[in-house]
Amino acid sequence: MDSSHALADHAAHPAHIDTSTGLDSRKMAFWTFIGSECLLFGSLIATYMAYKGRSIKPPYPHDITINGVHHEGMLNIPLTSFSTFILLMSSVAMVFALYNVQRGDRKGSTIWLLLTALGGSIFLGCQVFEFTEFYHEGLTLQSNLFGSTFFLLTGFHGAHVTVGVIYLITLAVMSMRGRIGPERTLNVEIAGLYWHFVDVIWIVIFPLVYLIK
Amino acid sequence: MTSETREIVHDQHAHPGWKFYLMIGVILIGFTVLEIIGYVGETKGWYSAGAAAAIILVLSAVKFFSVVAYYMHLKFDNKLFTGIFVFPAVLATLVIGGMILLFHVVHGEATAIHPTLTSNEAIHGASTNPSPGPR
Repeated sequence: MDSSHALADHAAHPAHIDTSTGLDSRKMAFWTFIGSECLLFGSLIATYMAYKGRSIKPPYPHDITINGVHHEGMLNIPLTSFSTFILLMSSVAMVFALYNVQRGDRKGSTIWLLLTALGGSIFLGCQVFEFTEFYHEGLTLQSNLFGSTFFLLTGFHGAHVTVGVIYLITLAVMSMRGRIGPERTLNVEIAGLYWHFVDVIWIVIFPLVYLIK
Repeated sequence: MTSETREIVHDQHAHPGWKFYLMIGVILIGFTVLEIIGYVGETKGWYSAGAAAAIILVLSAVKFFSVVAYYMHLKFDNKLFTGIFVFPAVLATLVIGGMILLFHVVHGEATAIHPTLTSNEAIHGASTNPSPGPR
């Protein structure tokens, strides 16, 4: 493409970004951040997997019989399945939030952003319930290898969900006040990237921690 | 094609409509239900733990790629974003795989649950230093 065509195209696409890659730097930075988050969660998951089944004293994650003594598993699969369902549904709500922002539907985008935040809040509520129950049953960060690695991994994920919920509520308030329109789609798209990434991490954690014995 | 034209071409690509994204959501829920059935089947002894783990891992991998490709738009976005995400994701997967291999396959017997060892000894081997007595 020669320079005159490039200029003509540029004029026809005012939203085009003049960077060396032709891509928006904010989006590039955010994908780099997500890449670094992959490594963070990779190390946490690797630690959990290395110590999986290595606890020599109860409580244990799943039902197990050691030396003729049966130990009840700690993990509450029905509750976590429910919270997983809610988190997946919140990802769908996030897609609809972005769709409504692109269409310029202020009311729709506010509602879908709030629904996404609500989904994240319900997930967090389930996690707080689970952690509290575990604590009362004797599982803490110090109790055994399962406790240390479990709380570290799921706690870090929960912290990310908390940040995401605050992020989404902020965007919903901005949308309600008319400060998020089609011209600011990228703001919501980046929030969506974060939220879907949190969902993707749970898609990995849920089977590895809860479903596979 | 220059990066500028690539970006413009990307802008011109039509993203799927809301029905498509809803369908992906339904598939994600369906696969999660299948994962839970995989867990229940293993618990009830319908199939081995290895078979259940394989089924669950395949289903979660499909869910992972669905969200990344469609909800995070990597399928429609610039390939540079795919590279930025895939490179560390592959590294993380290799680290996880390496740790599983080291602790559960290569060194599995030595670190098996043993009632007379402390957690530290179970991982690093039995201590050779006698513990100090009360002073």
